[in-house]
Amino acid sequence: MKTITIDPITRLEGHGKITIFLSDEGEVKNTYFQIPELRGFEKFLEGRPVEEAPRIVPRICGVCPACHHMASGKAVDAVYGVTPPPAARKLRELFFMGEYIHSHVAHFYALSGPDFVMGPGAEKAKRHILGIVDKVGLEIGSKVITFRKYGHEIMKAVGGKCQHPVYNVPGGVSRPITAEQRTQVEKMAVECVELAKFTIKLFEDIVLKNKAYMDIVTGPAYQLKVHNMGLVDDKNRVNFYDGKVRVVDTTGKELAKYAPAEYLQNVAEHVEPYTYLKFPYLKKFGWKGMSEGQESGMYRASPLSRLNAADGMATPLAQAEYERFFATVGKPCNLTLATHWARVIELLYACERAVELSQDPEILSPDVRILPTRTPHDGVGIVEAQRGTLTHHYTTDENGIITKANLIVGTTNNNAAITLSIQKAAAALIQKGKPVTEEVLNMIEMAFRAFDPCFSCATHSLPGHFPMEVTFVQSDGEVLDILRRS
Amino acid sequence: MSKLNVAIYWGAACGGCDVAILDIHEKVLNVKEACNFWLWPVAMDFKYKDVEALADGFLDLTLFSGAVRNTENEHIAHLLRKKSKVLVAFGSCAHTGGIPALANFYRKEDILRRVYEECPSNDNPNKVRPQTVHRFPEGECEIPALYDWVKSLDQVVKVDYYVPGCPPVPERIWEVLSAVVSGAKLPPPGSVIGAGEKALCDTCERKRTDEKAIKEFKRIATTIPDPTVCFLDQGLICMGPVTRSGCGNQCTVASNMPCRGCYGQPEGTQDQGAKMVAAIGAALDAKEPEAIDKALDSLPDPAGYFYRFSMSSSLLERRKA
Repeated sequence: MKTITIDPITRLEGHGKITIFLSDEGEVKNTYFQIPELRGFEKFLEGRPVEEAPRIVPRICGVCPACHHMASGKAVDAVYGVTPPPAARKLRELFFMGEYIHSHVAHFYALSGPDFVMGPGAEKAKRHILGIVDKVGLEIGSKVITFRKYGHEIMKAVGGKCQHPVYNVPGGVSRPITAEQRTQVEKMAVECVELAKFTIKLFEDIVLKNKAYMDIVTGPAYQLKVHNMGLVDDKNRVNFYDGKVRVVDTTGKELAKYAPAEYLQNVAEHVEPYTYLKFPYLKKFGWKGMSEGQESGMYRASPLSRLNAADGMATPLAQAEYERFFATVGKPCNLTLATHWARVIELLYACERAVELSQDPEILSPDVRILPTRTPHDGVGIVEAQRGTLTHHYTTDENGIITKANLIVGTTNNNAAITLSIQKAAAALIQKGKPVTEEVLNMIEMAFRAFDPCFSCATHSLPGHFPMEVTFVQSDGEVLDILRRS
Repeated sequence: MSKLNVAIYWGAACGGCDVAILDIHEKVLNVKEACNFWLWPVAMDFKYKDVEALADGFLDLTLFSGAVRNTENEHIAHLLRKKSKVLVAFGSCAHTGGIPALANFYRKEDILRRVYEECPSNDNPNKVRPQTVHRFPEGECEIPALYDWVKSLDQVVKVDYYVPGCPPVPERIWEVLSAVVSGAKLPPPGSVIGAGEKALCDTCERKRTDEKAIKEFKRIATTIPDPTVCFLDQGLICMGPVTRSGCGNQCTVASNMPCRGCYGQPEGTQDQGAKMVAAIGAALDAKEPEAIDKALDSLPDPAGYFYRFSMSSSLLERRKA
């Protein structure tokens, strides 16, 4: 009996486990995807003063702490029934754009980039960000480092601290921005637009112009026909910080458009006994198991779904790229690997939006906070995390002490879609009679990597310490292979 | 000089410590020149099998972030201990339990019931819960069981050094890495490195007003703090008196927000929370028991403030009943 191991699977945030059962003939019989842990923020937020939540929840995820900080801050505003003044609202969004820059750059270059720049079958000792630096040279490597750094430096200039943020307080932010800080932010944001354009060009050169890669992107292994979720502004354009959650169906038709407080009427979570991670689904269709299509409640919440769910982008360069994207892939797009392209378009939007906000004279206003006066009770806050729609819901007693908390987190939305994507990739890529190479395994991983999953977020759990492994089991239950990257 | 052999690993963590390491930015290229990596799950495709194959003590340096939450964390902690000359508990969670250890205020059962049965978005009429072993038609699959409570790294293996912070600030990370790379003599094992020895208050530029300033406690929810005056003097809980310096005052000065204690207790303090009780006592403008009680009534959730990051390593450790 031959055993190959991949342990742990890498270049994602958090951890998981895949088990593939094979028939005697070597065909895939079934594939299961398991998440091994949870942390229970929903419980230990209880008893804490609600204004402390925005300082606690960033520790759900160290890669996207500002998403949790923002959703939490908005939920706390709602708990107190207070609306931050315009300058505070804009500053929060500007701060948030900094994190989008950091996170999308990190994913594109460090987590998923190696699969394309080095190639899906490149040797593992080189299939990482330092390998990319060796390949593309120090000049481009330094550009990438600078790009991500600017994301964090923008956050620090706006909100004092990037990781973990302490900026949101009920009814606003903790401090105004100085003229000098604003100038710094503007300068960095302007440079970021150029770096985002460079990144899109790079994606074009490496992927779009490469027939072999495009065959993979458009091939059968990576397609998934599900509904699409994303936050939109009043003109149905993509917005990360505010607006309503729009869901469009598999044909592109609007299914729902809901305000944060209405989330319970629109989504519910299914529980399975084999994984710690719950499975959200659209209530309109109900939980239909691991099935795609118009009648299933399965949806995706990712850069791809945000573009699918919107009518456009709110900034000019990103809008042009949005149009080129859909002219190329069709709308709605169901190509999972096109998510990487959607991500760099969003990156360009975040940079452009950061420039706009940094040039808005109103952000210099010292009026960045309105003190709550209402008795606190219940509130929901929603933002778009880089990895999907993020919902925080808190209930408090009359003193603002949390009595109940509920979280539906970016990656959690995608649990079913990721599971089915892995199943489909495994079924398409593993062929009887052909050896299951390390390249095949990495290409199965690419099915979830496109989602930029953060399982630490998803389970509000503890990433990395549990191996992701692929176990092949024969139909008689005998373990054939435990595949870990080797 | 030969390159250092290094591993970076995350146990029960959020990944923020890994991002903080990347936040040394351009200096990552210096690290690349000075170190060979043998494990770094967030960024590289090395695996446990590679680590298992290394000779004992092969790794010059391992940075372990995250607390210990289940058998898998503990297993890898033991593995990396065996393979490492120097094992560093990196960040608040490995150091003292961190935010995940707030779970130690509750029973595991409370957490599971809340998440899988009570949350209002749940559709789980049969009260299904994750099982460590599940039998599918095709065979069994396993997931690990949670421990009853969250532990710091030194509660399961011997730790050589502690780098505090949630996350440690990149400037301190670079100081630690460059000291190790240059071969500088490190302090005695068991020491905290990459941080100051004094309390945060000693490095804070906010103005003190009066030693006995607190009449009642206020909350940031309903207070706009004076940005120049000591938070405690304004009646706002700030852990500055009982927290180690080194963070660069990112919260207290750069963000106009009070400290929550992520850098842990300063040198010579046994229990951060107990020390805070003493500090509060000294700062209260109340002598009579009734006045003291009244002032304390205005402070909700003292344990959640005083042990925000340190439950695992505290004298309380966890809920015992």
